[in-house]
Amino acid sequence: MTDGKVQPTEREQLRERCEREDVIMFINSCFAATRQNEYYTDLYRTSVSIEFLHRYVLINYRLLYARTLAAGINHFNQQQIIFNLLEAGAPADTKQRTEEGALIATALRKLPANRVYALFVRLQQNRVNNRRTRAVIKSYLAWRREPEFDAIKYRNKYRAAAAHIHSRLDEELGLFLFERSSQKSFTTPLLNQYRQAQYSAAAIYELPFTVAESLAQKHQIPRDVFLKKIEPKMTAAEKLRLQSTAARTKGVEIEFDLSRAGLTKLALYILSLKQSQRAARADELQAALKAAADKALTRAPLSLGRVATILDRSRSATGSREKRNRPLAVALAASSLLRRAATEYRAFWTPAWGENSFEFLTHAAGQTALAEPLLDALEWRPDLIVIVSDGYENDPPQLVDQVARVYRDAIGKTETPEIVHMNPVFDADHYAPHRLGATIPTVGLRDAEDIPIILGFAKFTAGTATLDELEQYLALRVNRMLNSDGT
Amino acid sequence: MERKQPKTTDCLETISLKGLTLAPSQVLGGVRLVPVLRKQVREDLRLTKRPYYEDIAAVQIDNKTAYYSYIPHAFIADWTNDGSPAVAYGTQIRSNKSTKTSDGTAHDLGFMTARVMKKMRAREDRNRLRFLPMDVSMEGFLALHFGGPDIIWEEYSRKAIRDGLSPRSETTIPGRWIKGLEDALRVFEIHTNQVGSLVFVGDALASAFIVSHPDDYRALHETLLTDDYGELLYYYGLYAQENGLNPDEIDADRVQSMKDLRTEVARVRSDWSQLHTLMSDNLLGCPVRYEMVYRMGPFHLQRFMTELNPKTENHIGESIVRKNGTLEYLKTYRLSAAQCRRAYLLMQLADSNWSLDACAEKLTCTRNELIFRFEKAGFGYLFHRHVLEEVRSEFRKQSWH
Repeated sequence: MTDGKVQPTEREQLRERCEREDVIMFINSCFAATRQNEYYTDLYRTSVSIEFLHRYVLINYRLLYARTLAAGINHFNQQQIIFNLLEAGAPADTKQRTEEGALIATALRKLPANRVYALFVRLQQNRVNNRRTRAVIKSYLAWRREPEFDAIKYRNKYRAAAAHIHSRLDEELGLFLFERSSQKSFTTPLLNQYRQAQYSAAAIYELPFTVAESLAQKHQIPRDVFLKKIEPKMTAAEKLRLQSTAARTKGVEIEFDLSRAGLTKLALYILSLKQSQRAARADELQAALKAAADKALTRAPLSLGRVATILDRSRSATGSREKRNRPLAVALAASSLLRRAATEYRAFWTPAWGENSFEFLTHAAGQTALAEPLLDALEWRPDLIVIVSDGYENDPPQLVDQVARVYRDAIGKTETPEIVHMNPVFDADHYAPHRLGATIPTVGLRDAEDIPIILGFAKFTAGTATLDELEQYLALRVNRMLNSDGT
Repeated sequence: MERKQPKTTDCLETISLKGLTLAPSQVLGGVRLVPVLRKQVREDLRLTKRPYYEDIAAVQIDNKTAYYSYIPHAFIADWTNDGSPAVAYGTQIRSNKSTKTSDGTAHDLGFMTARVMKKMRAREDRNRLRFLPMDVSMEGFLALHFGGPDIIWEEYSRKAIRDGLSPRSETTIPGRWIKGLEDALRVFEIHTNQVGSLVFVGDALASAFIVSHPDDYRALHETLLTDDYGELLYYYGLYAQENGLNPDEIDADRVQSMKDLRTEVARVRSDWSQLHTLMSDNLLGCPVRYEMVYRMGPFHLQRFMTELNPKTENHIGESIVRKNGTLEYLKTYRLSAAQCRRAYLLMQLADSNWSLDACAEKLTCTRNELIFRFEKAGFGYLFHRHVLEEVRSEFRKQSWH
């Protein structure tokens, strides 16, 4: 060899490609997959598929498997990875073990508490009780700021976790969890409040909302009275969630600041409103979407030039019962985000009907026809085209890929805009989000807020980057995750 | 069934999709659904569904004949004579309490419920017709040579001469039994101006369903599941694979500009339509025997049957046709192979004046073979016992040589 480098043999090349594709497929799926029903596949097939994928990657690429925790994947898959890593036991290599441990601890602290406690219960039920598991649970419990609050809110789960690792608890907390009936009163105010609330209807309003809710039923407090009084104790997410039920209860209005909600959550909320309500509150909702998009962009900056989006509002964007309207909401949120991030922006909704003045007045119906909107978008000559769709193109099938390929080969040549397909839906049969074709790279998308990360990841799914680059990318993200302030 | 020639010539000679286009199909598992789109929607004929909850329905056809079937629903057709929009009002009002309605009487027999109706088709108002979908054509199919032999040849049994082929029965499979159909209908994305669907199971045409208005289609989409299908399609459903099917790709050599690319996309779209037309060539464009059933203002309700060729697909069905020949309603049923065989044999026999020898000669087989075929097809009761015994013993003897 002239350049002194040893050329990889064909066998090695094949191996490299195989590994790269496996890992990319896995990370890609981890953005979108959950153990839930989707429009086209049911819960059973999705869960079998995603669990197989986890096991396969864990056994073959353990290092990359652990590092995926830092790739910005969704909570469900983070939880799954942590469970599998703990179940598999610590690796022998010290360096790898340290890194894994740090990743697990950091990821746990970033997960919502309910998911973490659910994970602990799962560990207990599956009798995973190695030394590392005990250490992980112990350090997490020690890290929580208000153990009494957790003990009240996640009572059974907290008890299960504490018992599982034989944790030495604070004396009152231990009594509260394990021998509550024998205890007359507590000195910790929150625990005492909880004890009192068992007997007095007036005492429940100091407790967290979800705990108070069940006690309110026990004391037979009317719903409207309860909602009015508990309002200061509700979190922003709880307020958002309860907007529609509160509207059905007479005389209650839960004050909610729309600007506090995340972009995709807000889009979901808007789509859950009736068409007439949406139209009546149009300006307010539009402003809230804009504010949410701006907030998401300050957290993860992104600036783009001319951007065109092709947004799928076909019937399958209604999602499933568990994920009602989710694909449509992601498309709506993505549109709001990219509109703010781009200097020039155009959205092409498909199927195209009479254009509404506000995007959120849309609803999902009709077929998935992506070819014509792509033609329109290409004619506008943008720098970047983002397609948000579940990938089940059916009018006609596989045409959008052909259009993209022929345009690149025959018309656009080097000036062809970059086309990225973002898919919020996991396809269980192919272990990855459904692809539109070989020309268009497909990435999984959980929330529209993740688009800046996802755009960075898209070059790997396009197949142009090598495994080394992917490893570097992951290592970089791991580094960033571990060395940012570990709160 | 006597073939009445209609006085007017606006009946269908062939089933053609005039004014309709086929959009690219949507596939789930072995089921392929092809949307049928209508460019110009006229509002003067509307269809609605009236569900029945009884296990069985009996319909009196004439004084001597009755038709028994499981009937999930009836269709109500509303039309106007002058082309103004018809509103399908009033059909929503159903009385559940009284058992006696304009649709006959519902009986609760304890072990099952039954509905007895006077007519297959009943005019309920000046411009409203109630009819039982598919049963209209199924009745016509069953009535095929119902009367049995016209000439009393000596081979025929006394029962055949006395009662004809009564009772003739056919068994069908509900759509729910076809694997994958329910899911395919659920996830199917209905087009905005879609008025119908062609249903393929294992890429064989199972049924065609077309109505006149997109709103009606959206409401009636799910009735495809309660429809009947031939038992053959049940097996097709079991063994069918998901088939990829694509017309020619975009030809990159012919594309120089955006305009070329658009033309090519349009070309691929029209290729899809042609492809689906080709796939249903045993129904579309085939000569059919038709029979006028009911005249409803500017429309005709008619039933039809493709030529009963046992080697190809055969469909029976019914349609509502506008005076100018536009297809406003179409529903077809693919006969299973056994059903085709039965109808084919009967028709051949009737065409040879019920003479077994003449028929055998026509079908180039021996008389014994023909009788054997009839027996296998389920028409053994046509013949005298001694005739059948003779055939059997002949075959037994032959098998030793």
